[in-house]
Amino acid sequence: MATVISRRKFMVRSTVAGAGLLVGLRFSGPMLLSQESEKAKKKAPVNPFDAYIHVKPDGKISLIVAKSEMGQGIKTGLAMILAEEAAVDFNSVSVEQAETRPDIYAHMGTGGSGSTMENYMPLRRAGATVRELMITAAAQKWNVPKTECVAKNAVVTHQKSSRHATYGELVEAASKLPLPDQEKVPLKNESEFELIGHATPRVDIPSKVNGSAGFGLDVRVPDMLFAVVARCPTFGGKPTHFDPAKAKSVAGVRDVFEIPALGKDMYTAGGIVVVADSTWAAMKGREALQIGWNHGAAASESSESLHAELRAAATKPGKRIRNDGDVDAALPASAKRVEAIYEFPYLAHATMEPMNITVHSRGSDAEVWAPTQSPDWVQRTVAKLLDLPPQKVVVHTTLMGGAFGRRYMADYPAEAAQIAKVVGKPVQLVWSREDDMTHDFYRPAACHVMRGAVNGTGLPLLWSHTISSTSIGVLWGAPDKLEESEVGGAKQMPYDIPNVRLEYNAVASSVPPLWWRSVEHSFNGFAVECFIDELAAAAGKDPVEFRRGLLVKPANWKAKDEDDPDPARLRGVLDLAAEKVGWSKPLPKGKGRGIASYHSFGSYIAEAAEVTVTGNNFKIDRVVAAIDCGQVVNPESVRAQAESAIIYGLSAALKNEITIKNGAVEQSNFDGYDPIRIDEAPPIEVHIVKSKADPGGMGEPALPPAAPAVANAIFAASGHRLSRLPFQLKA
Amino acid sequence: MAPIQLLINNSPHEVEVAPDTPLLWVLRDKLNMTGTKYGCGMGLCGACTVHLDGEAVRSCQTAISSVGSKKITTIEGLSADNSHPLQKAWIAEQVPQCGYCQPGQIMSAAALLAKSPKPSDQQIDSAMGGNLCRCGMYQRIRRAIHRAAGEGA
Repeated sequence: MATVISRRKFMVRSTVAGAGLLVGLRFSGPMLLSQESEKAKKKAPVNPFDAYIHVKPDGKISLIVAKSEMGQGIKTGLAMILAEEAAVDFNSVSVEQAETRPDIYAHMGTGGSGSTMENYMPLRRAGATVRELMITAAAQKWNVPKTECVAKNAVVTHQKSSRHATYGELVEAASKLPLPDQEKVPLKNESEFELIGHATPRVDIPSKVNGSAGFGLDVRVPDMLFAVVARCPTFGGKPTHFDPAKAKSVAGVRDVFEIPALGKDMYTAGGIVVVADSTWAAMKGREALQIGWNHGAAASESSESLHAELRAAATKPGKRIRNDGDVDAALPASAKRVEAIYEFPYLAHATMEPMNITVHSRGSDAEVWAPTQSPDWVQRTVAKLLDLPPQKVVVHTTLMGGAFGRRYMADYPAEAAQIAKVVGKPVQLVWSREDDMTHDFYRPAACHVMRGAVNGTGLPLLWSHTISSTSIGVLWGAPDKLEESEVGGAKQMPYDIPNVRLEYNAVASSVPPLWWRSVEHSFNGFAVECFIDELAAAAGKDPVEFRRGLLVKPANWKAKDEDDPDPARLRGVLDLAAEKVGWSKPLPKGKGRGIASYHSFGSYIAEAAEVTVTGNNFKIDRVVAAIDCGQVVNPESVRAQAESAIIYGLSAALKNEITIKNGAVEQSNFDGYDPIRIDEAPPIEVHIVKSKADPGGMGEPALPPAAPAVANAIFAASGHRLSRLPFQLKA
Repeated sequence: MAPIQLLINNSPHEVEVAPDTPLLWVLRDKLNMTGTKYGCGMGLCGACTVHLDGEAVRSCQTAISSVGSKKITTIEGLSADNSHPLQKAWIAEQVPQCGYCQPGQIMSAAALLAKSPKPSDQQIDSAMGGNLCRCGMYQRIRRAIHRAAGEGA
């Protein structure tokens, strides 16, 4: 393990968003590293006793996690890293959510699969610093050399004299010692690891089997009220008039008022608020509202017109992103051409817990209970709307019933702040399932046009890929860089082909876009991994052997940037998935096997799927995943995240689609947007490569290969190529 | 609004709410028993599952006026200390990710095991098909039900 993470992924602090918003773009090395180190110079080093490891004189130890728990197990993973180096017993510590203190914690946002990558070394150093200070304090107390003292289970021992002191006994002295240079504090050798790399039960699970876990909607404070908002069904539409009388006559309704839509950074729809003494009364009150809407310009938008536009945009020249060789050069007569179009719909996040937040505005300060991926952005947003300095807004980060990128946004916090300002009491803003599905920010819709050719001996000659999408970039106002959020993974297409071109065209839409689990990799993984399969078929080659032959690592290979995949690691997971699925074993007629291997968020994942096709129906019999995510912290969480991302990806591939009619979303609940259920979920096997490479992400990267592996398996079973998601076998 | 008497987890409660109020919101907003979750409000996701006289029902579709004298059991009433075989199995198999759907999953599974102590995979599919898990932990749910069945739920 390198002691410095040279290929660390960074969430970039976007200046265009003004609010210091962390966006899911990751820029490569030098520029960002220099920015980071400059910032580090200005800031005093973080004292780990303040930030991460609270030791009470009675010996009670709390480990502090400054990332949001949304199901990914980060509360356990980051605490394990701290406990490992701090030499404390993981089973006797408590793990607590950090306060929203951007002055202490540089990056509080949780996203981009980045929490472990970003924190692995800093938290090891923080833990090791505490261990070092405890040992120093004990050595001074006993007047013995530090080197004769060891720390284990929060006790420092001087073996020669059989003396012991607990961290509780030492903390007063230790916390007064000068902080050592945390970059130089000795770290454990990985062969000494007792926690990192070992399957560890999650700290949040016991509370999640008895109803005591506190999600955002579970916040209950004295005198609280509940609010819902009636928003225009059409994106960008506004109320023209409303009659509150009937709503106010519903028992329990306290108030009805209008809030305006808020612009950039907040992106709220505005609407008519109903405040009541229960969620049900607020919902009933909203039903009784009579509102006239001006549906606005978006009312002419539909999925049909949008897909036609996307298709047109993907078939014309676009902004050139990559250009190796010359894809327009004349092809030999023996060349076999291949063309494909892949179309992708809008997708909703559909977290199990709909959006919600509780805000108490008290005039001179405020308190917020937020199920959020970005507590510091929530703090700034609420502060701005309540005319308070951010430090006067206490933000408690609650557990979240799923997030998947949706809960990075500060729209619902902004709405709640508008409401709380009027109400003056604690108020819980509740989004119904219908609100959540019809006013989400959606995974962009996209169209990919692919052209390729193989020569007479089955070697690929060219690869041309044109992407059109409703770019996420429109949110952050860089009109000349709309491709940046859309081309990842397509730009790094890893196969060794002499002529490669990638172009991009954005298409405007009124439908608000956002990061959705794995962001653009959710469609680029499909396009790259299905099309390489199509080229393999055209070449008459086995899909695994064809890919292997094109994953070439030159002797002098060096990553161009942190998104540049190492061909050898990609080949490693491809081989492992093929071996574990039994790639060479024949399958009976009607069954097929497909594979896809892909790099995203710093991790390499290959998935192999087996399917049975019967007429126009198919069933996924199993999925085998091979994962190289570098150094693993908690293998249990790696497995669970892989299972989770595969099912999330397959829900989209098999069933889910958001369609637009008259500028509004047509699906409103789980009847129209039904994720995979237990009887449809294939068994998933997960195999993890032992690696000492820098940690990669795991929240997202198992998603992109899932759909193409299944699509390629359907082709193997039936000869049918799928070109549109969600899959439909009939032409 | 006349007061309504309820027997929840063997304790009597009295609430004053409109008779069409779903049991879900009585539990959550009137009694602060927040273990039972709101997911869809239409009986589509199962997050709000509780037992009425031992039968799994969607509390979002159960008007409070229809409960009568039936015994209500919520996730909070399954055990005080995570000692129910399903809770133990859920921990052993590390089922929850975000965990939001899990009270409903566990209540559906408890009703299944009460009827079919050793359920087949098909029985699990049909009893649990109404419970969505957006984190996709279905194979762990299946394993945990089999584990709890093995230990005699």
